[in-house]
Amino acid sequence: MAVVRVGIPSTLLYYLYFPMWETFFQNLGAEVVTSGKTNKKALDYGVKEALADACVPIKLYFGHVLNLTEKGVDYLFVPRVVCLNHETTYCPKFLGLPDMIRYVLKDIPPLIDVRMDVREGTGALFRAYYETGKTLGARWQTVICAYGRAIYAWRRFFSLLQAGWQPPEAMEILRNKTRPRFPRKNTDLTFAILGYPYIIYDQFISVGLLNKLYKMGIKPVTAENLPWRALVKQRDVLDKRLFWTFSDLAYKATQLVLKRGGVDGIIHLTAFGCGPDAMLDKYMEMLVRERSSIPFMSLTIDEHSGEAGMTTRLEAFADMVRRKKGAVSCA
Amino acid sequence: MPKVTFPHVGEAHRALKMLMTDLGNEVIMPPRPSKRTLDLGVKHAPEFACFPVKILLGTYLETCPQGVELIITSGGVGPCRAGHYAQLHKKILRSLGYPVDIIVFEPPRLYPLDLLHNVRRVNPGRLSYRSIYECVRRAWRKLQALDNLEKLSHRVRPRELNRGAATRAYRKGVEWIDRAYTLKEIIDAEAAALEAMEKVPQDPQREILKVGIVGEIYVLLEPASNLEMEETLGNLGVEVERSMFLTGWTRDNTWAETVENMTVRDAALPYLPELLGGHGRDSIGNTILYAKRGFDGVIQLAPFTCIPEIVARTILPRVAKDYNIPVLTFFLDEQTGKAGMATRLEAFVDLLRYRKRQQKSPKLVVNI
Repeated sequence: MAVVRVGIPSTLLYYLYFPMWETFFQNLGAEVVTSGKTNKKALDYGVKEALADACVPIKLYFGHVLNLTEKGVDYLFVPRVVCLNHETTYCPKFLGLPDMIRYVLKDIPPLIDVRMDVREGTGALFRAYYETGKTLGARWQTVICAYGRAIYAWRRFFSLLQAGWQPPEAMEILRNKTRPRFPRKNTDLTFAILGYPYIIYDQFISVGLLNKLYKMGIKPVTAENLPWRALVKQRDVLDKRLFWTFSDLAYKATQLVLKRGGVDGIIHLTAFGCGPDAMLDKYMEMLVRERSSIPFMSLTIDEHSGEAGMTTRLEAFADMVRRKKGAVSCA
Repeated sequence: MPKVTFPHVGEAHRALKMLMTDLGNEVIMPPRPSKRTLDLGVKHAPEFACFPVKILLGTYLETCPQGVELIITSGGVGPCRAGHYAQLHKKILRSLGYPVDIIVFEPPRLYPLDLLHNVRRVNPGRLSYRSIYECVRRAWRKLQALDNLEKLSHRVRPRELNRGAATRAYRKGVEWIDRAYTLKEIIDAEAAALEAMEKVPQDPQREILKVGIVGEIYVLLEPASNLEMEETLGNLGVEVERSMFLTGWTRDNTWAETVENMTVRDAALPYLPELLGGHGRDSIGNTILYAKRGFDGVIQLAPFTCIPEIVARTILPRVAKDYNIPVLTFFLDEQTGKAGMATRLEAFVDLLRYRKRQQKSPKLVVNI
């Protein structure tokens, strides 16, 4: 039997779970194909096919699916990830993602759209993976083994993130099986970059935000770099918990950053038209203003984000923070 | 007496006012959303929050200077953003210096104790639970009467001989129902209003199109937010059937799901098996049901950036193709103009009419 090729679009949850999925499928004997880095073509196609009112990340997902379709994969892995922590669900657009792909795009390979919802009971997540394995025709022993290895791979990946790496770098390290030291870069400021992983770590759509910060001598800290246990244990200060996993995390990260200190500025990176962010941004702004005097900026990106505009805003923000810091130390 | 207010949703404020006054509150009536309401809301709400948030915030900002202490609204359990609006509103209003509190009625199926707690808070008159039940029953009957009258007006308006007669009868009927107090009075007022509406001179020969309206609840229920779309359509000779009324929605979310709701859900299942929150799945299910019932078209109304409706809208073209029913979507926000909307509606109705005639006698239309 020829090797089954499974395509995984490199956006949205890719940035947090790809090593897990890759290991899982490889252990099932499948070949994993990714759509690679986001490029102009993926974006243009997404803008054309997806609904105009959808947010950029969703449009990009359409573009990545096209890329995989062109590469000729046998299956597309588009899981319906509902809830992974018993508490919060993902954005409604994630919940309806397989349906949107299926009913909008034509001539796409069959989807593997297992539903992942840990609230269904013990072992629900394993059952979802088991179902995936069965779709590919693997034996149950193989699936169990692959699942175990996948979990292990994800743990290793996550410990790299906790050590301060960014997901793309961490994936590279895992792939090369090396364990390099974390590089010491010459930085004088630390900014917390909060927002959703699929915007922050996507070099194309965030217009290289993280690298730009390094160049300016600023060390970015993201929610994935913060100590995880402390992060998820943050008390809910809102009257009602935010319903969406990433938004809830971003809010808790704001709380933690304010509590721990050590950051000179907070940047909230958001996508134009992002539903949950409309509320989250306001809440974050209120929280930062209430609890501290750390400067806060929200940066909105969309399909037309220009390099120059982004740089100007970042430079202005960094200058402002530097001046403020200088003023405080002089006084 | 504590001063309370609530959002303006269609004509429902009439029933709510009666209920709250009975329970011993002083009601500050929410004004009908206007340009000023919107301006206030847009100024203080987050930019990308959906349209209902801005209207509701504007409404609160118009009533709060009159000394409102309590705002009563409904909640939600996500993942639609509407479940968080009360909390957001409270934060914004507090930051603007209004010392208001918000009472959120969450679905009692999930939070039964919460309901009792809330009822105690809106009951400063310390009525017994038995008399509260009586009050709620009367208010409920009033809501039903208002909804029934509205449903009938949708049927009469396209057939009326004198433009505007149905709307006038509707306004009059609403006032009658509003003035009724006891259960018997409400029932009598409803009967009288319905009769007056039936008596509007009608043209039975007229060619009537049937259009279903689906979408997000607030923009469906509040005519000021959808720019009186139902009236515009009625004047174009279109009989409208709206998929959602306040009474139906309340029933679905209070005790058990109704049969209608389950039908809608089952219809949508092949296209969208997941509950997205909001009314995304209902939009798809209702579109399918309308198509099966032989409607001429469907209009989807949604606020700009509404997440569930965006998902629904992405899937709807396929549903429209599979079931051969035209669907028109309006994303509403503070920039939507009535003239632009009327033009789009006219074009849509023309298309539906052409399509209907062609289905009836294909040759005739081709010759024209």
